[in-house]
Amino acid sequence: MDQSRFIAQHVVNLPKSGIRDFFDIVAKMKDAISLGVGEPDFDTPWHIREAGIYAIEKGKTHYTSNLGLIELRRAICDYVGKNFNVSYAPENEVIITVGVSEGLDLACRALINPGDKVMYHQPCYVSYSPSITLAHGIPVPVPTFARDGFALTVDALRAAWQPGCKILMLNLPCNPTGGTCDRAQVEAIAKFAVEKDLIVLSDEIYSELTFEGVHTSIASLPGMKERTIFLHGFSKAFSMTGWRIGYACGPATLIEAMMKVHQYSMLCASIIAQEAAIEALVRGEDAMKKMRDQYHRRRDFIVRRFNEIGFKCHLPRGSFYAFPDISKTGINEKDFAIGLLQATKVAIVPGTAFGDGGKGFCRACFATSYEQLIEASNRIEQHVQSLGNKT
Amino acid sequence: MNPIIKLLLEGGSLTTSQMAQVLKLSEADVNRQIEELKQQRVLLGFRPVLNLSHEDSGVVRAVIEVRITPERGGGFNRLAERISKFDEVESCFLMSGGYDLLVFVTGASLQKVAAFVSEKLSTIEGVLSTATHFMLRSYKEHGFLLGGKVEETERLKVAP
Repeated sequence: MDQSRFIAQHVVNLPKSGIRDFFDIVAKMKDAISLGVGEPDFDTPWHIREAGIYAIEKGKTHYTSNLGLIELRRAICDYVGKNFNVSYAPENEVIITVGVSEGLDLACRALINPGDKVMYHQPCYVSYSPSITLAHGIPVPVPTFARDGFALTVDALRAAWQPGCKILMLNLPCNPTGGTCDRAQVEAIAKFAVEKDLIVLSDEIYSELTFEGVHTSIASLPGMKERTIFLHGFSKAFSMTGWRIGYACGPATLIEAMMKVHQYSMLCASIIAQEAAIEALVRGEDAMKKMRDQYHRRRDFIVRRFNEIGFKCHLPRGSFYAFPDISKTGINEKDFAIGLLQATKVAIVPGTAFGDGGKGFCRACFATSYEQLIEASNRIEQHVQSLGNKT
Repeated sequence: MNPIIKLLLEGGSLTTSQMAQVLKLSEADVNRQIEELKQQRVLLGFRPVLNLSHEDSGVVRAVIEVRITPERGGGFNRLAERISKFDEVESCFLMSGGYDLLVFVTGASLQKVAAFVSEKLSTIEGVLSTATHFMLRSYKEHGFLLGGKVEETERLKVAP
């Protein structure tokens, strides 16, 4: 029996990840040095883990309200007010989600009518385009370029815009490029969003990991809170990827719409993760800053090494990813990554995993130890030299 | 903070040649800077962190609370420095609260530590009293957990 005929057409139509096979090769390779991960190498700070254990001990094992624990929502509003300069009401302008991934999905499902067009900058996190498609929207990619440090420009937005665009997704700083926008650039994007009457979904999961300048949230700009859904979470800054905990803040009407979807699909995020998240916000800042400092120094090292190797690599202003241009090898990014893995057991991710804009680039995550970064960069250097000798 | 110190603190067991690579210095430069830090007495030295709970380590450790008489002009310093000079003394701190010095002592046996306390420490002019606590078991040494197996946390090798 051919079960595939039961699968919904829009799921059948979802493009299969072009690098699935690459992921499989990496997963099977023993002792590989992996710069291919998308998460911190630090475990969750102990005091946060301990708060989760304590919650279980105290019998906090029940459902929470659909919006999430009010204590956590209050802590989030304090944190977002202080660090992002936007004030939200804990009662009706915040919803706790299962990571930013769920927040993004809720926003898409709550806002997109079939055929609505959604702009997003690319290269980008792998789920943006599928999230739009699964909500029956039409993805409208906007390219970002190495020459701009992969910042999103209004020129690119204007060139990509078409009638029917309703939503603009932002991810600043960006996975995989580490690109971000300074205040003036964010202001220009905001102006564009107002001009075209777009609602903005702003995924700011890497915002704490901004190494140069100050992160500006688009929601904090005049007139933007009312047309922005601010998406954030605990995975990256607090090293809490496996807890699956995030949140969305926005106008009460939109949060209410997202809550409708959330209550019938997820009901609520794990109470244990919510309790741990309160601890992260209230007492986690020092540990977070310490981790950020370490990423900062490791970034400086790995970016310098890529440039020494001859791969032009812009300085990622945020996130823990370097995005070097490997095109000088004359090999495409996927074959380069596979060749590198097979010859040296170093794993990096081909840029096209993050969209066509990643052609000629690879993503290297520097959230790993100095020993690994040093060894990996030396092996990449030798590999590139051996390629040069062959041609 | 000096970048070499930062690297020593967070880099674990990097060799000087690895440190040189990270800091974009020559290995000789790294060695010279480490030497300078030692001369400035910023960096006092390196020691291995051992798990002394193994039975055959033959080390007895104790913490001693010491009350001493402060002196005009020098306060607690002269006596504290004098006590610190004994080989048995691993560390010595001036404390607030019910006693003055907290002294960490090691010895080959319980008798040897006891002898140090009764014959050397408490007989020093100016030492008013001592309270000795023997350590029974260590759970964490200089940031290293001792209990159980080393827990390897698993990260996926590749993730978006």
